Amino acid sequence: MRIPALQVLASLTFFLPLALPSHAAADDRPQAFVGAKIIPVEGDEIDVGTLVVQGGKIVAVGPKDTVTIPEGAETIDVTGRTIMPGLVDTHSHVGGSGSLGGADGSGPIQPGVRILDSLNVRDPGFKRAVAGGLTTLNIMPGSGHLVSGQTVYVKLRLEPLPAKIDDFFIPRDDGQPAGGLKMANGTNSMRDTPFPGTRGKSAFLVREQYIKAREYHDKVIRAAGDPTKLPPRDLNLETLVEAMQGKRIVHHHTHRHDDIITVLRLAKEFQFPVVLHHVSDGWKVADEIAAAKAPCSVIVIDSPGGKLEARDARFETGGILERAGVITGFHTDDWITDSRLFRRSAALAVRAGMSRAAALKALTLAGAEMLGLQDRIGSLKVGKDADFAILEGDPLSVYCKTQQTYVDGVKVFDRSDPEDYLFAVGGLGAGNEQSPYMCCFDDARILGGGK
Amino acid sequence: MTKRFSLLAALLTVAVIAQQAAAQVAVRGKTIHTMAGAPIQDGIVVIQDGKISAIGRADQISIPEGFKILEAEVVTPGLIDAHSTVGLAGILNTPHDQDQLESSAPIQPELRAIDAYNPADPLIEWIRSFGVTTIHTGHAPGELISGQMLIAKTRGETVDDAVLVPGKAIAATLTTAAHKEGGKSPGTRGKSVAMLRAELIKAREYLDKQQRAEKVAADAAAKPAEAKPADDKPADGEEAKKPEPIARDLRLEALVEVLKKERPLMVTADRAQDIMSALRLAKEFDFTLWLDGAAESHLLIDEIKAAGVPVISHAPMQRAFGERENQSMETTAKLMKAGIPVALQAGYESYVPKTRVVLFEAAIAAANGLKFDEALRTITIDAARLLGIDKQVGSLELGKDGDVALYDGDPFEYTTHCLGTVINGQVVSEVKR
Repeated sequence: MRIPALQVLASLTFFLPLALPSHAAADDRPQAFVGAKIIPVEGDEIDVGTLVVQGGKIVAVGPKDTVTIPEGAETIDVTGRTIMPGLVDTHSHVGGSGSLGGADGSGPIQPGVRILDSLNVRDPGFKRAVAGGLTTLNIMPGSGHLVSGQTVYVKLRLEPLPAKIDDFFIPRDDGQPAGGLKMANGTNSMRDTPFPGTRGKSAFLVREQYIKAREYHDKVIRAAGDPTKLPPRDLNLETLVEAMQGKRIVHHHTHRHDDIITVLRLAKEFQFPVVLHHVSDGWKVADEIAAAKAPCSVIVIDSPGGKLEARDARFETGGILERAGVITGFHTDDWITDSRLFRRSAALAVRAGMSRAAALKALTLAGAEMLGLQDRIGSLKVGKDADFAILEGDPLSVYCKTQQTYVDGVKVFDRSDPEDYLFAVGGLGAGNEQSPYMCCFDDARILGGGK
Repeated sequence: MTKRFSLLAALLTVAVIAQQAAAQVAVRGKTIHTMAGAPIQDGIVVIQDGKISAIGRADQISIPEGFKILEAEVVTPGLIDAHSTVGLAGILNTPHDQDQLESSAPIQPELRAIDAYNPADPLIEWIRSFGVTTIHTGHAPGELISGQMLIAKTRGETVDDAVLVPGKAIAATLTTAAHKEGGKSPGTRGKSVAMLRAELIKAREYLDKQQRAEKVAADAAAKPAEAKPADDKPADGEEAKKPEPIARDLRLEALVEVLKKERPLMVTADRAQDIMSALRLAKEFDFTLWLDGAAESHLLIDEIKAAGVPVISHAPMQRAFGERENQSMETTAKLMKAGIPVALQAGYESYVPKTRVVLFEAAIAAANGLKFDEALRTITIDAARLLGIDKQVGSLELGKDGDVALYDGDPFEYTTHCLGTVINGQVVSEVKR
């Protein structure tokens, strides 16, 4: 899924600003980060290493004595620090999504709605995210629909401060912003008519739409480009077709074991690539998930419950899925958990039996795989985007602080800068302009029955 | 193996119950944080009949024969959560297990947590398995006055087994969470305070009436019986002086206890102006105020300190939106450094997670300005002092309750496990979690 920049330039000049973000290659001087412990995620941890980046890409990484620093490079001494890939959050609502963006209450299936049309680039949630070492987010619409709309994958290019959300996009081969499709089942999408009231009806409504989309696509194929024979464009069905063609990964909210199995059944019938999200009961059906080769993005919450479907959520889920052979990642579901504390999710999974290597991969490369971006981000490897975090301490320790975060080789967070520090710990002004994710709770009362 | 998880959990539960028969326990720790002086290296705590009967270095303490011995890397007093809603706000978050907020009227101090506390809620087992042994729990923020809190140990099959103090703070809310829509009161900050003042004035009048009646009764009792002929009828003037019998009013009785400083008023306030309103009310009515939550307390350090008011500081990981947008992970550290009494809380959560774990919250405070020992104080001895239960719990000292938590490392580290929890000398949790 690597984007050959020249091809994009040649075919899609309209998307030029997307292909060449203005900030990235401003200074082409190589930067060498020397002396840190390096956790490349692909490959063994390096006790004392050097990371060289140039033009927004990683150009060298390895033990200090094996890496030649290019002539003219700026050398940055990071002795005693730890460098790891920028974290990939596979499920976030930062930027004012939730009930403020994505599908509305008019119906349960709205695949044509794009979350990218409703994001506030100035939301301080983005600043909190980079303070946590996050560099790539999958921003999800919803919640509360069978299909909440199109997600968008963004890179947190916060330096210089972007004027528009477009500056965060990752272009696909066709120039469109990369993203997936948000779906949900279980009680999340069960509401009054026209929403489904039961699980059976939920699955029926989804199957009905995918079958329609398949017929729509057949018509398009049969028309063979003849405009007189083409069906009228249908943004909803087009999006479902993209999912069935594998161009759009389905990110599926699902908690209960039987709902997880239902997702796998539908994914098999319609052949859409799917990532299972939350998976509170995932530990009960780990073998079935592994057999279906469905990756899981796990939510780690501080106590089980809060809703019926999360009653059996447990810290052990990550480890159980790992041992079953499932590609396992985590997500913040920010505002459900705090982006600044994303590493904590992996650490709590390690507390409950997940291996350190799998947990660190879960925060990075596994997340990248779930977005189809594994060739570009998720590990410190030559040729990949220079997205990384410089830490003080071990990434799985509560005392570990993210000191700097880099996206495309550009520093987007520095804890020593008072303004950045404010977003890292909070305080007066840290909340200005933020739009909370308000699907299910407010200050005191349960909304929507705690679904 | 995974499918046998619940069976395993059931077996563990049986094992834990079986342990409860053995009430004589000794805990050996490589480091024991007593919270009363320096930590003891390689120490032993002996708990006999529920109370700490000996504590000191292993070479100076002998464990009586037949005692169950538990061992751990790190031992702390049982943890105290200074403000929880566990036991009222149940795990499932469906109407049948949510008793933390009664919204039929804005002011209901007569509601008692003891009449709603469910000691069997799984969240109690959950927090206990991380070492939490004492909780100040009850009605949630969300109404102007939502009810009475209690202090419970995280044990027992009935509320009577669990309760340590049956009625503690009365919970009040000065945030917009208590505001009503559709023209109902309170709808604004000014109206909220006006309603609270009116109610406290009513309570003061009720107290005056009570005190007058008590005085008349006391005077009558003091008068020699022979001075009053049995058939003597009171003169017209005397009849008028006799006070009306006072009809009991449960609401005002509860507030009278606040005015008499028998109970604190725990006011949840996040915005700076609401914190100032709470301080103003406490001054006007001379009651014991506990500030709760207090997201913007870091902006009012001098004022809170001058008022001599303690703070039950918000969970550092609570979501920073709405009135909490300016909260900081460093608030607890700033309060403590200023010399303001401060304890940490798990607080109230309306959704997922249904409760936070105060151990995890103290860990974040420890990573954001507090030293290890200071952070541990906020969930042990300082919390006990604030709640007025430090003679019984909060530190490992002779004669105090045998409440102990065992860990295989720094309790605040993400990857450390709690190995066991002891309450009143009974092993109530042996799950490694």
